Amino acid sequence: MLAYLIRRLIAAAVMLVVIIVVVFGIFFLIPKWAGIDPAANFVGKQADPAAIEAVRQKLGLAEPIHSQVWEFFKGIFAGRTYVGGGDVTNCAAPCFGYSFRTEQEIWPVLMDRFPVTLALALGAALLWLLLGVSAGVLSALKRGSVWDRGAMVIALGGVSLPIYFTGMVSAAIFIYGLGWIDGQFVPLEESFSGWMGGLILPWITLAFLYAAMYARITRATMLEVLGEDYIRTARAKGLAEKTVISKHAMRSTMTPVLTMLGMDIGALIGGAILTETTFNLPGLGQAVLQAIRTQDLPVILGVVLITSIAVIIANLVVDILYSVIDPRVRLA
Amino acid sequence: MTTHTTGRRKRALAAAAVVAALLSTAACGGGSDSTDKAGNTAKAAGFDAANNKVAQAELVAKGGELKFAGAQDADSWDTTRGYYGFMWNFARYYSRTLVTNTPAPGAEGAGITPDLATAAAEISDDGKTYKYTLRDGVTWEDGKPITSKDVKYGIERIWAQDVLSGGPVYLKDVLDPKGEYKGPYKDKHPEKLGLKAIETPDDKTIIFKLPEANSDFEEMLAMVSASPVRADKDTKAQYQLKPFSSGPYKFESYEPGKKLVLVRNDKWSQESDPVRKAYPDKISVTFFSDANDMDQRLINGDYHLDINQTGMSPQGRQTALQEHKGNLDNPVSGYIRYAVFPQSVKPFDNEHCRKAVIYGADHESLQTARGGPIAGGDIGTNMLPPSVPGSEGQKYDPYELAGANKKGNAEKAKEELEACGKPDGFKTRIAVRNNKPVEVATAESLQASLKKVGIEAEIDQYDGSQTSSIIGSPENVKKKGYGIIIMGWGPDFPSVQGYGLPLWHSDYILESGNNNYALIEDKEIDGLFEDYVKELDDAKKAEISTQINHKVMEGGYYLPFVFEKFINWRSPELANVYTSDGYSGQYDFVNLGLKK
Repeated sequence: MLAYLIRRLIAAAVMLVVIIVVVFGIFFLIPKWAGIDPAANFVGKQADPAAIEAVRQKLGLAEPIHSQVWEFFKGIFAGRTYVGGGDVTNCAAPCFGYSFRTEQEIWPVLMDRFPVTLALALGAALLWLLLGVSAGVLSALKRGSVWDRGAMVIALGGVSLPIYFTGMVSAAIFIYGLGWIDGQFVPLEESFSGWMGGLILPWITLAFLYAAMYARITRATMLEVLGEDYIRTARAKGLAEKTVISKHAMRSTMTPVLTMLGMDIGALIGGAILTETTFNLPGLGQAVLQAIRTQDLPVILGVVLITSIAVIIANLVVDILYSVIDPRVRLA
Repeated sequence: MTTHTTGRRKRALAAAAVVAALLSTAACGGGSDSTDKAGNTAKAAGFDAANNKVAQAELVAKGGELKFAGAQDADSWDTTRGYYGFMWNFARYYSRTLVTNTPAPGAEGAGITPDLATAAAEISDDGKTYKYTLRDGVTWEDGKPITSKDVKYGIERIWAQDVLSGGPVYLKDVLDPKGEYKGPYKDKHPEKLGLKAIETPDDKTIIFKLPEANSDFEEMLAMVSASPVRADKDTKAQYQLKPFSSGPYKFESYEPGKKLVLVRNDKWSQESDPVRKAYPDKISVTFFSDANDMDQRLINGDYHLDINQTGMSPQGRQTALQEHKGNLDNPVSGYIRYAVFPQSVKPFDNEHCRKAVIYGADHESLQTARGGPIAGGDIGTNMLPPSVPGSEGQKYDPYELAGANKKGNAEKAKEELEACGKPDGFKTRIAVRNNKPVEVATAESLQASLKKVGIEAEIDQYDGSQTSSIIGSPENVKKKGYGIIIMGWGPDFPSVQGYGLPLWHSDYILESGNNNYALIEDKEIDGLFEDYVKELDDAKKAEISTQINHKVMEGGYYLPFVFEKFINWRSPELANVYTSDGYSGQYDFVNLGLKK
């Protein structure tokens, strides 16, 4: 198990280095090839070439690209010192640089927004697992029944309806129509009920989408598993149906569900852009959207890296869980 | 079984009806009037009640929290670096200048009035020397007096473009045209006050010595970039996160893109400030990532007004116009929306080809694409905004865009095409920002009407966040063949210099960040600008502005679409509300209050 873990960790580290290089290339090289000068976006209306060059120097865009990548990479592990305009600024490790727009250090900004996105992703995941897996299992067990058909129609709706639509409808009903909740985000440290009130609709909206997908995949897998020989054997042995389902069928059914869960949580932690935009949640998704609008490349880079790390960690956890559910995986 | 199923159906139908009813009424949460928890109802002042006039001034009371919402944060809250119009307006809460815009509605608001200074400047030396004396009792948020040296240092920061980029640089160009001063951060002077064009003989006196006269100099001093900054409180690039206050409010907290909170600066005194009434106790700004969501919150009564002041989103506007019209104002924004023809792209080097586009366009359809006469504005007939002295508004309509040729004039367009040697028309490309749906709709409207006269225009939607480097690069414009660029422009200050200099003067053709998209190199226009800056008489200045506008229109460089108008939300709880031409038709934030 230890060797397996070490192997996976090394692969994850290599993957991160590759991601840093690729992301850097996308955000810094492509504009260069397209003849776009990012520095021109950070000067005033009548900026002369000298002012643009000064900004280019300040943002570090005048350096050769390999040197920019190296400095960025070094900054994450060893911190960085910025010199410009007669000013020296130290950025402690992990240094993801400074925002082009707000001049804030990127790392603290990301860490400030991370808990909001994490709470959104984990809360919604809990809900969609509970609803999606239960609905899928019940549908499979009562195949062809009104329950099965009803659940699958709702699931189809959940998969088909875009999140901004369900988000707007739920806000129109529960916030502006019935006025049951205020719907504005409040930090947890300020008020637990306010925090819950700000997250309950995003959780439900997000869970509605994902639960639908999970219900469909759980149902399909469960139906397949229920037809397997070992289930027939278990039943033939005289095991109670409850035991057959919970101890034998569920274990196999959960394998693809777990794979999806790892990927989904990882991606959501990187920024549930639509949900955070619809409900004005100050998470990573909102930060990256604002950064894209204002061409704040270091923030975009930071969020992309956080997403990548989240996906890698989530997959690592899933792989480890796999090996618990199915010990044959360790040999792979 | 049947009964059971029918019961279910009934329940489902009833549920659906409830949802539909809720959806249809959900937008009505706020109402035109608003009722607080004690049951007091705030009456809406009525449609356009605060446009160029003061609404409900008699109902204003001290105290409360004035709540702004915004779909966009400022480019910077550093007074040296901010360039967004709403930032200049809002900055007056925490920053004072020697002179500022008059706190009055409409055109009067575009005037200049003393703020930190005791009176308007003593101007001498043929308009090259400006002398001000500071008021008694003006203080920083720590109670120390604001001195002339603080004003000088604040202005000097404009020179530090390598650290503090982004803001307007008019004062730098006027006070140091040769660029000799390197900014306070590279200044060897012991107090970092080495700029020779500004003298501070004592703490109360400040004298500006201009190498050449500029009759708009006081307009430039009224911009927030001329705010004082105290050297020992200057945190350079980080200053925008917590500027040190000289106004009635100070920063309590600021999380970029999330929330900004200002609280009273208890060291500020009303006696020292003839401009600001400082009614609310607290001012907050909450930022949204979705404009529709924000508008819904405004209508719901969660916030009082939009800090961006660029009009409601189409969805919010529709609801507001139908159900809350009494809470809306419809000011002229000061912006002109237009198409411009770069002369570097053939056949737009030929004046007649440019005029063929002007005549071929359907101006009413372009106005509709912009949002119609209320949300879009009146048809633009020339290139000088109505708020700029010298403007003749729709009275000057050399191509009869709002008259006989309102729907386009195919015959005249064909004549111009003949004259330009392209009787069968030509092909070109329209460049339009992809993040501005209204501009894309305008481009599509233009494309459709030009097709009728034989001009095939392909639309290229470029990355709107890269405007400066895509259409701001004449080389790129030529390479991409952008014969028509869809754009808009508003005055930095209400004068032909504050509006048209970067657009029409040949000195402002830049390699990158260019705004003279038409690449106008007309000695007469350049000469008129030179005459303008030397002219101290307001009437004559207005006359020159008119002449410049006529020269630009005669050249056929631009096709104006609209003199832009906005639909802005005004909470029924607001009092002492008025729009000001000094801030492009925005509400004058600094004197807003809440009702008793």
